[in-house]
Amino acid sequence: MMTRKKRRLYMLLLALAGLGTATALTLTAFEENVAFFFSPSDLVTKPPGDKRVRVGGLVEGGSVVKVDDGVSTRFTITDTAHSVTITTDRPLPDLFREGQGVLVEGRLGADGVFVASEVLAKHDEKYMPKEVADALKASGQFKPELPGKPVYEAGK
Amino acid sequence: MHRFANPARFLRLAALVLPWVSVLSALLFAAGLYLALFVSPEDYQQGDTVRIMYIHVPAAWMAMFAYSSMAVAAACALVWRHPLAEVYSKAAAPLGAGFTLLCLVTGSLWGEPMWGTWWVWDARLTSVLILFFLYLGYMALVDAFDDPQRGHRAGSILLLVGAINVPIIKFSVDWWNTLHQPASVLRMDGPSIHGDMLWPLLILALAFKTYFAATVILRMRAELAERKIQTLRLTQAGGV
Repeated sequence: MMTRKKRRLYMLLLALAGLGTATALTLTAFEENVAFFFSPSDLVTKPPGDKRVRVGGLVEGGSVVKVDDGVSTRFTITDTAHSVTITTDRPLPDLFREGQGVLVEGRLGADGVFVASEVLAKHDEKYMPKEVADALKASGQFKPELPGKPVYEAGK
Repeated sequence: MHRFANPARFLRLAALVLPWVSVLSALLFAAGLYLALFVSPEDYQQGDTVRIMYIHVPAAWMAMFAYSSMAVAAACALVWRHPLAEVYSKAAAPLGAGFTLLCLVTGSLWGEPMWGTWWVWDARLTSVLILFFLYLGYMALVDAFDDPQRGHRAGSILLLVGAINVPIIKFSVDWWNTLHQPASVLRMDGPSIHGDMLWPLLILALAFKTYFAATVILRMRAELAERKIQTLRLTQAGGV
């Protein structure tokens, strides 16, 4: 005979398992909506067309150029597989620099240049004093983390 | 577990523990804040702004810890009818909500200078906001019934349903692309935070935990006293 307590326990576990499965299925189905941004590779795998999207990558070294109009900046972000050129007339966050993870929001133009109306900085999960960072940089072990991963698998 | 289910035994134990955790909490806060604000180094890319972490991260951990413990208590209440479990959840809820609010506010103050925005709807920030609403919803629901027992029953079910949000908060930064960075301390390959910054953080985390323990004991005492008064009133009214 099952005691009342045991039955309540099994009912509870069953309900939680069901709820967990339902949540997991829902979140998997809406994966591309939950993702806050795409990677430059996603723009190639599945071009967004005229839709506003967010793209995140590392600012490529030596790519940051001030445009002649005095306000705009042009730079390239990369996920090492693909790069995309960004142009923006918005102010850049303090953390914006070459090699830094950034997210841009805007539209991909027909000419392949992404026009961003917002630029956010994303820093990785590493915290250290300046001296340690300098030592790592000097020994070549300093590697910034990519801000995200491709949402769409290539070839799908 | 039922050894501690007896409220009288709990009150004796609480009276014994309370002074110790209170003093310990004060000492840990003093030491942790001193180390965090004056001794720990600046971060190589964030400078002094990184010091927000020493409040933000312990608050976030406590927000999740308080909720998880309330969900476990809710299961004990529903399955084993543990008499103190509901008292605990009710006592811990406003504290957990406070930690969550502190986490959201400090996160926002940190996000503006570093990310360039006060708020974004990425998976981490959104799931923590949902946690805050779960706390508020639980507190409202428990008090929404004339019969306190029904309120506690409904509240316990809400706590268990909402528990699904806790792993989502924790792993949101690994499962999806988010503006928030992945975990720095509780990660598979060890902390990615320098030791000089990790120690103050862990001390403050303990300070938050002992503060929570002291306050939750105080609130549970108050709740038990209130129940006693209620029972006395009822018997008195019945006697007249």
